[in-house]
Amino acid sequence: MPPAIEFRKVSKIYYRHPSRAFLHRYLMDKWRRKRKERFYALREVSFELEEGGSLAVVGSNGAGKSTLLSLIAGLSFPDEGEVRVRGRVAGLLELGSGFHPDLTGRENLAVYASLLGLSRTELRRRFDEIVEFSGIGEFLDEPLRTYSAGMILRLAFSVAIHVEAEVMLFDEILAVGDQAFQAACFERIEELRRRGCTFVCVSHAGEILKRICTRALWLDAGRVVREGPVREVLEAYQAASAAQAAAAGRQGG
Amino acid sequence: MPVLRHGFLLQNLILRDFKIRYRNMSLGVFWSLLNPLVMMGVLTFIFTKIFPSPSIKNFGVFVLCGLVPYNFFAVAWVSGTTSLLNNAALVKRVRMPREIVPVSVVLANGVHFLIQIALLVAFVLGAGYGVNRNWLWLPFVFGMEIIFVCGLSLASSALDVFFRDVRYVVESANTVLFWLVPIFYSFAIIPDQYRTVYQFNPIAAVVMACRLVLLENREPPFSLVWKLAFVSLLALGAGLVIFRRSKAKFADYL
Repeated sequence: MPPAIEFRKVSKIYYRHPSRAFLHRYLMDKWRRKRKERFYALREVSFELEEGGSLAVVGSNGAGKSTLLSLIAGLSFPDEGEVRVRGRVAGLLELGSGFHPDLTGRENLAVYASLLGLSRTELRRRFDEIVEFSGIGEFLDEPLRTYSAGMILRLAFSVAIHVEAEVMLFDEILAVGDQAFQAACFERIEELRRRGCTFVCVSHAGEILKRICTRALWLDAGRVVREGPVREVLEAYQAASAAQAAAAGRQGG
Repeated sequence: MPVLRHGFLLQNLILRDFKIRYRNMSLGVFWSLLNPLVMMGVLTFIFTKIFPSPSIKNFGVFVLCGLVPYNFFAVAWVSGTTSLLNNAALVKRVRMPREIVPVSVVLANGVHFLIQIALLVAFVLGAGYGVNRNWLWLPFVFGMEIIFVCGLSLASSALDVFFRDVRYVVESANTVLFWLVPIFYSFAIIPDQYRTVYQFNPIAAVVMACRLVLLENREPPFSLVWKLAFVSLLALGAGLVIFRRSKAKFADYL
């Protein structure tokens, strides 16, 4: 079976253009023939993830993790190499983005669900399940500004986790809610995985990644440092981060 | 158009915009009516008391026929232009046809447009004009205007991502158009050599058609109708082309 996600020597180049936002600056740069400064957000990244697999992506800030996710989601496109993704991709949207405090939970739920790609009929079918999972209960028809921060995240996460796409992306959104809610989330993720969903998770919470994912990809400055079974890669990554922190501490002290 | 396949998302975004604007206002939808009424009052005062135009009867209704289509155009175009920047988080992170963003904003303004049209119709009937079969032209005329604004907004919102000063260009263009659309003067007084130019401006064309139908019980002439349809569809086509050519780079610039 062909893999669910396949990257072949993928590079993504960004241009630093701090002055490009206004037309006159753009024209001035052209006039002075200023060269655009470029840098690689990702450089020759290759990996495969089989259907039903789950990949943890780790690395320090700016390593290219979010760029990788947006390439998988088809939100931006590689400058070099090839990205292949089979099936519908969901997730990635920050929890609660598109939420508005003056709208009720029910209204926000509908907007958010449609942003994540649920159709009218899919939402109708899963609506009760989503609401029950979120535990929002009688607050459903209250405006969102009356919700606690935890309730908002729970509502958003419940929608996100009921989308049921072939490929699900999670960007730093796994550690949500109290322990009971987290347990329910893990259970739901297990269930989705049994059905053949493929996961890609970006997080700094190593324990959660070890629990959810089977494989891991360690990025540094846009390059793959290591790819393999989750435990192995994460331990190597954590050891390296600890060593780096210790070195920084010695230098600073 | 890929927008149509995402009807549920489009509907939700339109409703969200509309509800947010009115949820916390005690007068709710009536705010939508206040602006044209105030403008109507001011312009009527100026052009009946200060610079009287005796050739125009019922100046209030006459000017409202110009204000309602113009208002929709001006407000919808500006909010359409800034829509991608204002929804940067969604544009960067949601997989959807990105055309939906400016189109939904324009259509949310279209809801206000409908309310204002209802106001206009109420004034027309109140002033003693009757319903006639030429009213069947109104959905076509207003529909073309919405298509025109969608086209302009697709183009300007895409450009606004790369050059943030596009919105100021749009605002200035709106100020100029307030004078170049026959809002407080009649098409009849425009010298012959400029008439064709006026007809090629869809907003002017909508205003003229609106007055012919509502105030004179006349069918809009074919010379006006085809220009309106032609320019509006051309704007939509050009807008889609510009948008599609630049949308792959949105995520990198927002």
